[in-house]
Amino acid sequence: MSKEWPLWEVFIRSQHGLAHKHVGSLHAPDAEMAINNARDVYTRRNEGVSIWVVRASDIVASSPFDKEALFEPSNSKVYRHPTFFPIPEEVKNL
Amino acid sequence: MNQKFEYLLRQGDNALILAQQLCQWCGKGPALEEDMALSNIALDLLGQTRMWLAYAGELEGSGRDEDKLAFLRDAGQYRNCLLVEQPNGDYAQTLMRQFFFDTWHYFLIEGLTRSSDARIAEIAEKSLKEVTYHLRRSSDLVVRLGDGTGVSHAKMQAAADELWTYTGEMFIYDDIDVAMVEQGVAPAANTLREAFLRAVAEVFGEATLTMPSPDAYMQRGGKQGRHTERLGYILAEMQFLQRAYPGVEW
Repeated sequence: MSKEWPLWEVFIRSQHGLAHKHVGSLHAPDAEMAINNARDVYTRRNEGVSIWVVRASDIVASSPFDKEALFEPSNSKVYRHPTFFPIPEEVKNL
Repeated sequence: MNQKFEYLLRQGDNALILAQQLCQWCGKGPALEEDMALSNIALDLLGQTRMWLAYAGELEGSGRDEDKLAFLRDAGQYRNCLLVEQPNGDYAQTLMRQFFFDTWHYFLIEGLTRSSDARIAEIAEKSLKEVTYHLRRSSDLVVRLGDGTGVSHAKMQAAADELWTYTGEMFIYDDIDVAMVEQGVAPAANTLREAFLRAVAEVFGEATLTMPSPDAYMQRGGKQGRHTERLGYILAEMQFLQRAYPGVEW
């Protein structure tokens, strides 16, 4: 099963969504069937969705040990954060 | 009016019987994802059934709603084509039955979106997205398995040869079908048949399968209520509860 039906990770952008979100995974023999199956398993075939499937083995994840080095925010350096600009109402989502 | 009622029953019964059969795969599919897909297709078809039978019941005007039409008619009053009542068999047989049905169904529904009957056109419009997906999926699987291993190829070819005799009935038009074509309600038989044969030939070519002769002898009778021995069993299981407790709210 695992050799013929490898694991795929599924990312979906919903109808009004701005970005693809990881929704889960599934097994499929190739990308095309992974897309078909993702439609059945994760979208119920809503219109206006975009599906990305990626073979799980192609994803490289950061190590939990790197957490601090990679993600410690520069909180003391306020000039690094764009907090001094008024944002117009229309671009709320940016 | 009576003819249109009959025509609607045919559409509804096709979808209903096939959905009922596909449901039997629930939890038994060759892979989880296939299981989900078959159940999804069954649900799509059941949704279509409800629209067809509800409209049929309204046209008839004698108080039979979709439930009464589905659960209180016996095999002789059922109008589905013989193809959909053929047994699930192995996965190859289920897929081949689905592929033949989807191919015909797609062209029919596509034609019905231009129906002179606004309500039929609307139901077809709603169904078209679903049947487009059904056809895409079953074509893909026929190619994969036909052009797969020696075993899968042999199974798909056997299924095709077995089921071929049930593919012609849809194109043999009787008085009801002809009346529907004349009223602009339904698409003509020859355009459907040509489209069907072209599509099957194309997929079979890619799947390295041999398409049986279009001129082979074709079984018929389902549309007129003359069914294979299979349908009685399907209905006995499907209708048991409503027969045992008629008129119950559920």
